[in-house]
Parts: sequence; structure tokens; C-alpha cells
Amino acid sequence: MKYISEFRDGVLAKQIAQQIAAEIKPEQHYRLMEFCGGHTHTIFRYGIPELLPSNVKMLHGPGCPVCVLPIKRIDAAIELALRPKTILCSYGDMLRVPGSNKMSLLKAKSQGADVRMIYSPADTIKIAQNEPDKQVIFFAVGFETTTPPTAVIIEQALKLNLSNLFIFCNHVLTPPAITGILEPAKQAGIKVLDGLIGPGHVSVITGSKPYEQLAKHYQVPIVISGFEPIDILQSILMLIKQVNRQSYQVENQYTRAVSAEGNAKAQALMAEYFELREYFEWRGLGEMPFSAIKIKPEFKHLDAEQSFRLSQPTGCDNKACECPAVLTGQKKPTDCKLFNKPCTPENPLGSCMVSSEGACAAYYTYKPHTYR
Amino acid sequence: MALDIKNGTIEMAHGSGGRAMSELIDQLFLPAFDNEFLQQKNDQALITLPGQRVVMATDSHVVSPLFFPGGNIGSLSVHGTINDVAMSGAKPLYLSASFILEEGFPLSSLQRIVYSMAEAAKECQTPIITGDTKVVEKGHGDGIYINTTGIGIVSNELTLKPSNIQVGDKILINGTIGDHGTTIMSARQDMNFSSDLRSDSQALHDLVAIMVKASPTIRCMRDPTRGGLGASLNELAQCAKIGMVLEEAQIPVKTAVTATSEILGLDPMYIANEGKLVAICPPNQAESLLTAMQSHPKGQDAAIIGEVIEDKHQFVQLKTEFGGKRIIDWRYADPLPRIC
Repeated sequence: MKYISEFRDGVLAKQIAQQIAAEIKPEQHYRLMEFCGGHTHTIFRYGIPELLPSNVKMLHGPGCPVCVLPIKRIDAAIELALRPKTILCSYGDMLRVPGSNKMSLLKAKSQGADVRMIYSPADTIKIAQNEPDKQVIFFAVGFETTTPPTAVIIEQALKLNLSNLFIFCNHVLTPPAITGILEPAKQAGIKVLDGLIGPGHVSVITGSKPYEQLAKHYQVPIVISGFEPIDILQSILMLIKQVNRQSYQVENQYTRAVSAEGNAKAQALMAEYFELREYFEWRGLGEMPFSAIKIKPEFKHLDAEQSFRLSQPTGCDNKACECPAVLTGQKKPTDCKLFNKPCTPENPLGSCMVSSEGACAAYYTYKPHTYR
Repeated sequence: MALDIKNGTIEMAHGSGGRAMSELIDQLFLPAFDNEFLQQKNDQALITLPGQRVVMATDSHVVSPLFFPGGNIGSLSVHGTINDVAMSGAKPLYLSASFILEEGFPLSSLQRIVYSMAEAAKECQTPIITGDTKVVEKGHGDGIYINTTGIGIVSNELTLKPSNIQVGDKILINGTIGDHGTTIMSARQDMNFSSDLRSDSQALHDLVAIMVKASPTIRCMRDPTRGGLGASLNELAQCAKIGMVLEEAQIPVKTAVTATSEILGLDPMYIANEGKLVAICPPNQAESLLTAMQSHPKGQDAAIIGEVIEDKHQFVQLKTEFGGKRIIDWRYADPLPRIC
């Protein structure tokens, strides 16, 4: 067993593609959405659409933590970074994300802000210990996957009695985002999706159970999938089989990592330090109830939003941007008037162009529309 | 006064033009780089190149960390410029070296760097014949920056340039991609990676010399440094107004590089190399060029990785091992590691 090449085997891929071709009903449409940006990336990187029959369409979901963060939260991070005697720690792919007035954390850095790219949240503990005169702020971003590591540094900060470490919490939740896509369609009496490829890394933490209610309520089959191309092809086959027999189950393709119950220890850590936010604004999806978490009041001395006065947010998205329709699977990136001109990864106007995992950035980078 | 190499540091005086600077030059740079040109102690070097076609290239080197498995900023600054000269098919002859040092930089580190520059220059038979030293205040530099300029001579028969490239040409590389960039990333203090990866930093002029013999009408060569193979090939495709198709299965990548890239969410296609070259040659010379490259230690993992096609979009496409096809885009800036 090598570590990854088995899941990228071209011969096996062809076999699964043949099984898919044999399984589909020609008169049926299969609109399948992959929730995760990581899946979107794999789909284009390996040219999966080329292996699928023409009535199987992949739609790209909102599961890219960089993409769904609204401009005002980026503005707030930049404002925090520009405070005197402050070190703002961030994951790499947040650094170039534009806020209002074409600012970004990288530009703040070039203006003198101390912005540091970290690989692990644990690095922030070391930085806070080494620089006791500075206020160290961790720009915490991500779905359930990256939340437990943030909980761990809160635990550590409490244990070490660190008074100069703060968390700017932007963690969001997956099930409400799925609801955000499916509920408006259900209310309008239309069906926008025939199947959903469920998140992989998120489900390692949450388990596959939280999706059962969603699958039943919205009558959409869900298959939790790994991130390699063979994983995704197999998940597509599993979804097509469910669509054909009108089944709305949660199935787990990613059994090597995901269990029904998930990671109990990580869930307990999250429950200890975080609570639900009543509302959180998502880029593209708008304000959604109970869709994000914040630090519990008893730990407010670690909460950057509670500890620093931030100015009133003003940033808003470009009006012509089709990101909401792209994020909910109603439009393709190329349907947007801004796509490619002027919206590019260098000059992203909408959220889906911001991160390499966003659907627009994937279209821009891999250009599937130019050679299909 | 003798320099205190063991405990001393760079002071503003070392760039002042006074006696302190003279001591630094006489006790460190001169003995390390020793050659007849420097011994003249002029502000310039006098060389004669009668009736030759002269190639010149310059490169400034900034790298963090300064020392990494497989080299340091010193050896890198020699190899980098020699390679830029050599990509024209030229034989590199001389180098200049210019140092910008930060106040407080340890003399012991400077000595290590200078010694490895001297060693690299000697190995390549390309002496450093003129130079300069400046010192900036503490906090105004990152320890040490080195600029090197190189000149070389190239035969009348060779004019390598992207516009030579023609549809049907083959694309070759001399070995594994991404070694240098991955080594540097792994060596940064905040990454707790350990692997046996080493930078591929090396001078390629000797490999180039046998390549231009094996493929006399070789079209063009590039060293895919920053931006990696992806950037270099896109640059060539745009200059030559052609497209390219690469075979992923043919592109040599070390397992450790693949693994590190997976963890960080990066693509070896865009990771820097410092001892690699891509060459484009007519299809009928590809096999003999490949054999010649593989016969040289710096080309033993050489491979034919793709070919030039007609494409109005000037795309570089990759046929994946998986059986799909994708575009190798020309990235705007350095890749950044992903959140999850």
C-alpha cells in the first residue's frame, strides 16, 4: 500500500466510469453537488467531468471556508492586524483575500502590520509566549474541521494563563449551510439537487449522523466522500444508484476516515468552549440562523471581538456578482458577467474567485469550458 | 586587527569604506575567492573577450532560511547566475558578487556563506572577479542579500530563444521537480517536518555543454526556478505563441515532495527548483538528447515530459495519470498553503 496513488488509479477510474455509464437512465437528470471546495478542486484537477455522461452534472457547493467569509469579517481582521503592538496569525490562504478598498492582510503587512502565516494554530501559543509585550490574535477560520484545533489553543491559553492571546472566531457549521441551499428551493416548490456529495474532513469530526435528518427532510441522497478522484467517482456512482431507486439515505464512502458518530473528543472540546451564534452572515448565502459559533462568555477575555473595539462594518459584495447563485448550484461560474473580466484570482470581486477551492477560481484555473 | 570570526558580527563600519571594510575584504573575501583579478585590488576587473558573443545575466538572492539541506544562500547565488548564463548554451566565465549585509550578522555565518560561494565558483571554474559590500542598519535587511552577475561566451551557431519553438517539438527536463522549494519550506522553523529532502541547487553549465552537442538545433532552455515548471512553460508558450501537452506520468517527482505538497495543499508544478532545466528540441533529436542527458550525473533522471502543439489559447495542458486533462495555469503569485 502506497499512501495515495491507489486513489488516483486511471484504470480503476475507467472501470468506475463504465459502471456509471451503465447505471444511468438516459431520460433522468442527475444534478449532483459537491459541498466541499476540496472536492471541487479534485473534480477539476483530475478532469472528472470528462469521465461522466452528459446528463450527470456536477454543481459546486459553498464548502470553502475562505469563500463564505463576508468582506466585513476580512475588514475586521485587517483592522485588528493594523493595531499597534499586535501580531495577527492567519492560515496562508486568508492572506491574499481582498477586503474593502482592495486591502488584504498581505497589503496590511506591507504597510507595517505584523501578520504571520501559521501552519498550525499551536504556533500562536509559541508566538504569544515568545512575545509577551504583543497582543497575539489568531484569525480562526473554517468549518468543523478546523474548529477543534482552535478549541485546543483556547484550552492551552487557559492552562498557561496567557493574557496576550486572543481568538477572532469565524468558525462556521456545515449542516446549516446545506439547509441554506435546500430550504429556499423547498419553499419555492422546486428541486435544485438530485444528490449531494457530503463533506469528508468535516465528517471526520461530526460523523455522518448529522446529515440523516437533512437527507430525509429534503429528500436528497447524501454520500460522504473522500478527496481523491477515485473517492469522488465512487461517490458519484453511489449517488446515481440512490437516485435511480429514489432512496434518500446517508451513505459513507469515506469509511477509512469517517464514522457515524465522529470524533467524540473533538466534539466535546468544541462544546466546552464554543456556543452557537444566533446569526452569522455568509458570503453568497446571506444571514443564516445558528450557522456559526462564537467563544462562550466565560472565556470572553480570549475573544478578540469582545476584547477590542472594532469599527462598524461597511464592506459589501459587488452587486453584479453571481456568487450566491453559483454557491447554491443555480448558475455556473461562466454564467456570471464578471467572470474572467474583470473578476480573476488576482482581482477577485466575488467570494468564489477568492480561494483556490472556490468554484470560480477552479473554472478560471483549469478552464474546463474552453476545451469541452 | 584580526577579524573575530567566531564571536564577531557585522558592524556599520564594515561598509564604511574605511579600515574595517578593508579588513573584512582582506581577511575573508580575498582569501576565499582568491584569483589574479581580485589581487589587483581595483574597483573593476579587466578581461579580454576578443570577437566573442558574450552572454550576461544577473540575479539577486534572498532566501530564508539562509542555510538549508543541500546548500545555502552563497552556493545558491553562484549556481543561480551560472544557470541563467548557461540557459543560452553559453560557457560561463566570470562572476561578480555584491553583498548587502545587515548590522549584527554573525561573521561566522558570513564566513560559511563566503566559503561555499568560493567552493561553488571553483567547482564551476567561474571565478568571482569583482565585488562590493554594503552594510545596512539592523532591522533594515534580512541578514544577507547577495547579487551576482555572470558573463559567458556562446558559439555563433547557438541562438536559443522561445521564438525558435515549433509545433511538434519535444519538451525535456533533467530530473525531479519541486526539490528546492519543498526543502526550503520544510526547513523553515515553524514547520516541524523532517525528511531526507535536499535542495537541488547545482550549476548546470556542464550538462548544457553536452546537451547542445547532442541536439545542435535545440530550440530553447529555461531553468524553472521561482514559479516552478508551471511558470516556465507558460512563459515559453506565451512567447512562442504555441500550446503544450505534458504527460503527468512522465514528470519526475520525489515521493517526499509529493507528500509535502499534499499536506500543504500545494502543487509541485509550481514549486521552485534550483538545479533543473527544461529544454525544447526538434522531435527527431529528442531521443539522442535524452540519452546524452541521462549519461550525465545531473541528468540521470531526465525525461521527455511532453510536446508542443498548436493552440490559440497558448495553454499548457497536463494529461493526468488519472486519465483526465487539466490546464497548468500561470499563477499570479506564490502559492499559499491551504486551511484544510
